[in-house]
Amino acid sequence: MKTEISGVVIHMKNDEMLCVLGGDIDHHSARTVRMQIDEDLYRRRPQKLVLDLSKVEFMDSSGLGLILGRFSKASEIGAECVLLNPNENVTKILDVAGIKRLIRIERSFEKNDHR
Amino acid sequence: MITGEKISEVKAVSKKRMRKKPLNEVKMVLPSHSMNESYARAACAVFVSQINPTITEISDIKCAVSEAVTNCIVHGYRDSIGLIYINMRLYENREFRVEIKDKGCGIQNINEAMQPLFTTDRENERSGMGFTIMENFMDTLKVTSSGCGTKIVMTKKLAPLSEMRA
Repeated sequence: MKTEISGVVIHMKNDEMLCVLGGDIDHHSARTVRMQIDEDLYRRRPQKLVLDLSKVEFMDSSGLGLILGRFSKASEIGAECVLLNPNENVTKILDVAGIKRLIRIERSFEKNDHR
Repeated sequence: MITGEKISEVKAVSKKRMRKKPLNEVKMVLPSHSMNESYARAACAVFVSQINPTITEISDIKCAVSEAVTNCIVHGYRDSIGLIYINMRLYENREFRVEIKDKGCGIQNINEAMQPLFTTDRENERSGMGFTIMENFMDTLKVTSSGCGTKIVMTKKLAPLSEMRA
C-alpha cells in the first residue's frame, strides 16, 4: 500500500484557488485540512475554488462533510466550487451522497496541468 | 417457569445457527482516539485480504468500518476516551463479518439516526451519511443500541474466486 501524506497543498493562480488533497480524508485528517483551506479562502477570496481529489486514496463521510462545508463557505464569498478528478472509490461515495447535483465534478486527462 | 424454559430453548437454537465456525477470527480493542480510525480500517483490510478480495471489496469494507469506528469516537464517546471493541470473522463461504461496539452514550432513535443526512453534530461538519454508506457498501447492517452503548454488525459476502478478476 502506498503511504501518501494526508493533507492539502494550496496553489493560487489568478482568481483560482487550487487545493490538492492527498492520502486519506477521514474524521481525523479532515480537521486540519478544513482549517488550512478556510484560512486561505477567507484571506485570498478567490472566484473559483478547485478541490483536486486525484491524490485522495481513501475518503469516508467525513470527506463529504469537508467538501459540502467548503462548498457552502465558497458560496458565501461568491466563489464557484469544483471537484477535480476523484478516483473510482471516491466517486462511489460522492455518488451515494448525490454530490454531483450540488457541485460540478471535472475530469481532466492532462494531469498536473496546474503545476 | 415454562416461558423461561422456552426462552432459553430459543436462545440455544439461535446460538447454534449463529455458530458457523469461522475460518479466522481477530478481536481488537482500541481507545477512541481519532488516529485509530485509519488503524482500524487498515487492520480490517489486511484481515480480509487473506481470502483474496477485489480492490472494490476492500475499499467498500474499509469505508464502512471507518464510518462505524468514527461513530464510536464522535458520537458514542463524544468528549471522553473509551474503548472500541472490534471482532472480525471470515467464513468458508467467503463471508466477512465485523462487529464494532462501544460502551458510550447510545443512540436515542436508531431509525432517525439511519436517515440519510441526519446528524446531531452539524457544526463539526458531519455529513450525516455514515449509516447510508455502511448500508450501501455492505450486504447487511444491524444496529443495536441502549443507554450503555451501541453495537454494529455488518456482513459482506465476497465474490467467488473463480470469476475473472483484474
